[in-house]
Amino acid sequence: MAQERKFKIGKPILEVNNISLSFGGVKAITDTSFNVLEHEVRAIIGPNGAGKSSMLNCINGIYKPQQGTVSFRGQQIPNITPNIMAQMGLSRTFQNLALFKRMSVLDNILVGRKLHTKTNFLEVALQLPKVKKEEKLNRERSEEIISFLEIEDIKDTPVGKLPYGLQKKVELGRALATDSTIILLDEPMAGMNVEEKRDMCRFILKVNDELGTTMVLIEHDMGVVMDISDRVVVLDYGKVIGDGTPDEVRSNQKVIDAYLGVEH
Amino acid sequence: MKPVFMTYTKKDIINLAICMVLSVLIIPTFIKTEYWYTSILIPWLCLALATIGQQIVMGYTGQLALGAAGFMAAGAFAMFNLILRVPDLGFVGSLIMSGLIAAAFGILFGLPSLKVRGIYLMVATLASQFFIIWMIDKFGWFKNYDSSGIITAQDIVILGKPFTTPLAMYFVCLAVTTVLTLLAMNMARGSTGRNWMAVRDMDIAAESMGVSLLRTKVQAFAISAFYCGVAGALFAFCYLKSLEPVAFDIKLSFKILFMCILGGLGTINGAFIGAAFILLFPVLLNAIGNNVFHGAIDATIISSIEQVIFGGLMIIFMIYEPLGMAKLWENIKQKWKTKFPSINLKNLKSSLSKKS
Amino acid sequence: MVEELLFFMEVLVGGLLAGTMYSLVALGFVLIFKASATFNFSQGAMVFFSVLAFCGFMQDFNIPFVLAFILAALLMVVVGLCTERFVLRPLMNASEDTVLMATIGLGYVLEGLAQAAWGVEVRRLDLGIGDFPVPWIADNLKLFISALDITAGVVAAIMIIGLFLLFKYTKIGLGLRAVADDAGAASSIGIPLKHIMLLVWSAAGVVALVAGCMWGARAGVQFALVDLALKALPVLIIGGFSSIPGAIIGGLIIGAVEKVLEVYIGPFFGGAIEGWAPYVLAIFFLLYRPEGLFGEKIIRRV
Ligand SMILES: Nc1ncnc2c1ncn2[C@@H]1O[C@H](COP(=O)(O)OP(=O)(O)O)[C@@H](O)[C@H]1O
Ligand SMILES: [Mg+2]
Repeated sequence: MAQERKFKIGKPILEVNNISLSFGGVKAITDTSFNVLEHEVRAIIGPNGAGKSSMLNCINGIYKPQQGTVSFRGQQIPNITPNIMAQMGLSRTFQNLALFKRMSVLDNILVGRKLHTKTNFLEVALQLPKVKKEEKLNRERSEEIISFLEIEDIKDTPVGKLPYGLQKKVELGRALATDSTIILLDEPMAGMNVEEKRDMCRFILKVNDELGTTMVLIEHDMGVVMDISDRVVVLDYGKVIGDGTPDEVRSNQKVIDAYLGVEH
Repeated sequence: MKPVFMTYTKKDIINLAICMVLSVLIIPTFIKTEYWYTSILIPWLCLALATIGQQIVMGYTGQLALGAAGFMAAGAFAMFNLILRVPDLGFVGSLIMSGLIAAAFGILFGLPSLKVRGIYLMVATLASQFFIIWMIDKFGWFKNYDSSGIITAQDIVILGKPFTTPLAMYFVCLAVTTVLTLLAMNMARGSTGRNWMAVRDMDIAAESMGVSLLRTKVQAFAISAFYCGVAGALFAFCYLKSLEPVAFDIKLSFKILFMCILGGLGTINGAFIGAAFILLFPVLLNAIGNNVFHGAIDATIISSIEQVIFGGLMIIFMIYEPLGMAKLWENIKQKWKTKFPSINLKNLKSSLSKKS
Repeated sequence: MVEELLFFMEVLVGGLLAGTMYSLVALGFVLIFKASATFNFSQGAMVFFSVLAFCGFMQDFNIPFVLAFILAALLMVVVGLCTERFVLRPLMNASEDTVLMATIGLGYVLEGLAQAAWGVEVRRLDLGIGDFPVPWIADNLKLFISALDITAGVVAAIMIIGLFLLFKYTKIGLGLRAVADDAGAASSIGIPLKHIMLLVWSAAGVVALVAGCMWGARAGVQFALVDLALKALPVLIIGGFSSIPGAIIGGLIIGAVEKVLEVYIGPFFGGAIEGWAPYVLAIFFLLYRPEGLFGEKIIRRV
């Protein structure tokens, strides 16, 4: 990834410091720290149950870690909730699809425009001109994303009726619609075939390239990870066992033992 | 489900025009018997309005609430007291205030929805039902210290003109219902409705997109209670013409729940369909009892049968079409269109123009 | 001072014993929830349906007490059978809320059927146990406690011990617990899911009948029983939906609190606060301990 980039990788934008999380007796994450730099593509890898999803859930405030802090743009966030993080410019997708099943694709993506919607319910009820204007802008942006993701033909379909791969795409679209500075992707390519994966990679890289959006993604396909990420952090049993460029991680003995070793 | 349109399509405007012509011109011209207004059309409009309230909180926001009648009672008695004590407010002003007072109760009793869902929430909302009715019953002030138990509702006067005939009251209900239905449709189709539905379908994801669960749920409860409050005021003033807390007991809440579910969760037209069905079906059943069996079947038995049928339908709909009669109607229309595409006016026109 | 204390004791004991009646209704709820994770909203209607049938058999057909009771119990087994076959099985994969609404519909069906078959008049149910203070206790302990309350307490205790033994020591109980843990896994290792469901619904039906007898003897067998049975819901919220001890203790708490509030605070507000007090109490529990006293806290997975 050494070609010319419009957005040069910069300072840390997101820092995770000494996070520990447990559920009852089960330790999901133990004293984990890593950071994400501005404009980079950062991968989190590790075997199943390593605590990767839990990590994203801590960053985004869905789980409350027992210990540790999260800092965004150098500022420690005291009371993390998904809502606060969204307002700070952090969006995400979920491992097990968390779409609004009974709503159309377009509507799902429009929900992603929530933070760009300033009119209140009374104004909406009365259909004031400014509501129409705002709605028009939001729709235009959503349509843009829909055509970027090449899903125009299904935009009015309720997402619950779509196949898995398309749902994953819609979820990416919803995250993109927020125009966030950083997007967390939890296994965006799980269950996809090679072609779909290639498409997905293309979308992720293109967004990163053109808009400078920082991407954090969890992925199991090592080929994909090595291809598209700038840096990789490896989790195993809730601990960081490797952190660095794809090449560094690939040659890290601990990682080979714990992770790659399992696969072969 | 239909895609959500923001601007009105031609179809919407045609539908609205048809409804208005039907309800303002045709019905008053052809229906002269008072019975239809006092016993069917007026309660239908009032209950449909309350059902829209139930739809907002349950159908759109996905919060299982069971206290619509409590909010209706709050609205009805607020109306009575406002007209009694603040006569300057006028009918429309009092109606809006009554809705707002009910909305305040809605916010209060909607707060548990932030913590719990499903049947837990249902129990919490039952508290509102029982508490509001009890409060009105036990504090004489609400009933202006009337000891008879039933208070006569004041006459409706708008801009100095009395609205006391069944037809006039029908028009009052129609006007209010039309305006509030349009507002509800605007909200449901706009960003407000999208937030509601997002919370309904996947609350955690909604929150991660910046939708505040607190605000959205509380807002839905408040708006829902506002609709119920206004509906309750109309129900008392145009239909019952009296005020008594027992008219708003838990049974009415269940009735509205049935209207909402059988009509079709998450639809506005379902509120009207459901309310019509629940109101008209007993009328039909009674007519059958009187005309076919010549009163040989006891009225209480007929009402028991009615209950069995409502319950049975609820089960059947849950199994086969959880989206209710509105969806059924949609399916029928769809089938009709695919079967007889030429019936479709547009196709007809285009095929005609092709031929010529 | 002593007299006040005695009076308080009387109120408290009366409340606790009356609470066991709520517990009985809640028990049926818990049974079904444990086995099928279904909130059976129709449990109250089952109470009404079963006891009205019982009264009907006795009073309209002159069937002797014991036989009528057995017939009513059998009827409840049939109701359970039909419910399993025609309501629950088709809704196997439906959402929790959908099933809940279907059971609301079921409640309507049962109430309607009961009234269509047996009429709407209030019926008296005489169990041969008076609803007046037991003289022995009144004389010796100076407490006025109704014989019916005591009976309800004893019956509740017997049913709980019975169910406990059933759960703990029989093959059926073992199967039931397996099903409650993981229905899919249980049926894959050959536990007959259908039989277990049937058994549970029947047991819940019989529990409903017993509860109905207790309530009916006190308040008359009438439609209002359905509303009374609604109070089992706050009981469950306090106790937790999946816990038998929870149902009992929840019932005791609700019974005691509503009586004490009614007697000591009610008069200032014109009474009848027991109509809503249990629900408001439930709200406080929901706000501070949503999982109930005996439920376990679950963090939703995403
Ligand atoms: N909500 C939860 N409740 C209980 N345990 C959980 C929950 N979420 C995750 N866990 C546990 O935490 C550990 C890490 O899970 P997860 O973060 O999903 O792993 P990964 O995404 O790396 O596969 C697992 O042992 C899992 O069972
Ligand atoms: Mg994961």
